Amino acid sequence: MGDLPPAPSARRRAARTRWKMLVPRTRRHKGALAGLGIVLALAGVAVFDNILAPASPTRINIVVALQAPSQAHPMGTDQYGRDIYSRVIHGAGISLSIGLISVGIAASVGTVVGLVAGYYGGVIDGLLMRVIDVMLAFPGILLALGIVSVLGPSLRNLMIAVGIAAIPFYARLVRSSVLVAKEQLYVEAARVVGVSVPIILVRHILPNVAAPIIVAATLGMAGAILSAAALSFIGLGSQPPTPEWGRMLSEGRDYLRDAWWISTFPGLAIMLTVLGVNMLGDGLRDVLDPRLRI
Amino acid sequence: MIRYISTRLLATVPVVFGVTLAVFSMLYLIPGDPVKMMLSEFATSPEQIATMRAQLHLNEPFAEQYGRFVWSAARGDLGRSIRDRRPVTAEIVELLPATAALAVAALAFSAALGITLGIVAAVRQNSWWDLGSMMVALVGVSMPSFWLGLILIFIFSLRLGWLPAAGGGGALHLLMPAFALGLGASAIIARLTRSSMLDVLRMEYINTARAKGLAGRSVVLRHGLLNALIPIITIFGLQFGSLLAGTVIIETVFGRPGIGRLLVAAILNKDFPLVQGVVLFVAVFYVLINLVVDVVYAVVDPRIRYG
Repeated sequence: MGDLPPAPSARRRAARTRWKMLVPRTRRHKGALAGLGIVLALAGVAVFDNILAPASPTRINIVVALQAPSQAHPMGTDQYGRDIYSRVIHGAGISLSIGLISVGIAASVGTVVGLVAGYYGGVIDGLLMRVIDVMLAFPGILLALGIVSVLGPSLRNLMIAVGIAAIPFYARLVRSSVLVAKEQLYVEAARVVGVSVPIILVRHILPNVAAPIIVAATLGMAGAILSAAALSFIGLGSQPPTPEWGRMLSEGRDYLRDAWWISTFPGLAIMLTVLGVNMLGDGLRDVLDPRLRI
Repeated sequence: MIRYISTRLLATVPVVFGVTLAVFSMLYLIPGDPVKMMLSEFATSPEQIATMRAQLHLNEPFAEQYGRFVWSAARGDLGRSIRDRRPVTAEIVELLPATAALAVAALAFSAALGITLGIVAAVRQNSWWDLGSMMVALVGVSMPSFWLGLILIFIFSLRLGWLPAAGGGGALHLLMPAFALGLGASAIIARLTRSSMLDVLRMEYINTARAKGLAGRSVVLRHGLLNALIPIITIFGLQFGSLLAGTVIIETVFGRPGIGRLLVAAILNKDFPLVQGVVLFVAVFYVLINLVVDVVYAVVDPRIRYG
């Protein structure tokens, strides 16, 4: 008896319990709470940026150019006299949306590819996985770089490029989970009684792979924000005068000696954001899927 | 062993072909006419555009062009740069040593720091040492390399005047770029080393080694670390690839000559043959490195060969 897989109802209940436990367990996880706090605070800044920012992020005022941090300008001003504090605040929304949109692209396309490849197997799986292998042959930031070079540098193309470059990660993750899930008795039962494939994939298999996808997407958002900022830094992402943090850093580079504040505060903002998202992701991993813990 | 290597070698052939196809198709994926885009900053006559199309063989059928591209690339001919008309291969060969030195130095630094942090954290699990090491790793993985680079330049070049801020050259020029590039990788290696060490330290043979009276350090380093390192080998290939691609950013920050900066300049100049050449070169190089890593892994761990 002990070797039999648990009944579908029992497995469902286990899955439901896991989700129900999400909130209380996260509440006890200090790292996750701190990460969540940072992310929520940033989201708040992004939503209320017009209220929080004392000045326009793009208004040029040469009279006050290159001023050190003071009461009037808490983070100083840049070479055009723009208020860096206001620019950093407006940058929060840009960075968070870059993270959300590119991860959205990567996770949705990757999940569909992984579901289809894992469920159908055979030739479809072979073909899709060869494409994924080729994408993985471009290391690190190189794939996103190649895509941006084709599409042309802009904020929108940056999100697309970073999103496409992360697809293989989700496709492989979902595929391997599907390979396990599709052998379960309740999936076979659904197939036998004639449930259509899309319904099986979405209702019976997807819930089983949701936890690792959520964890990967959260940690992936940290990576996406970093890559996007790096590409903007070298001039292949957002274009001036957008108050994007990576771009601001590169604009402050030439003034490093006399005006350290221009590149210090945007850098701090990127690090704080990525740190918060990473802490949240690590926490979610501990709570949702202890097997993934490294 | 030979069988394992040949199987692995065969598996890379379709990947390399896929890579060439992807890189070649870049020209076709550009929205609009690639020649007009490449020449957009110059005043050009229709004749010049026609000449350029002919030079790039853009009037031939796709399959023929692709065949020519692969055949030339296999012989080491990656075409010519549009800007300075130099062979792309020559530019890469010229700049490869500087970039390779940076990537290798960054990998060496990240391995040294990452493995040390990982061991400390695992041996003193759940202590302040463990917490501290993992905090360093968390900050390391969250730190933008280009920002770290600027901070280093500000402190060690502009304020203290100890290290050169920019340019290529000797070992002194390598210190800050290698640190800025490698810190992120060291964080990943630290986490992996910690978990691998924790797994190994729970093994029976560790207990045996301790029971027969070996000194703690010897048990941890000789019995523990050597076995814990096996899974870490695989991540070296992956990390080396990321570091190689990361030179694009770091070489820009430090104004170092190298393949990364060459690629950025090529993209900004819309010099497509040069972009394609560099991207193809780095990807194929990376595939080959992973092949070597897999073989090394199989040599160290026989379970892989026979599994």
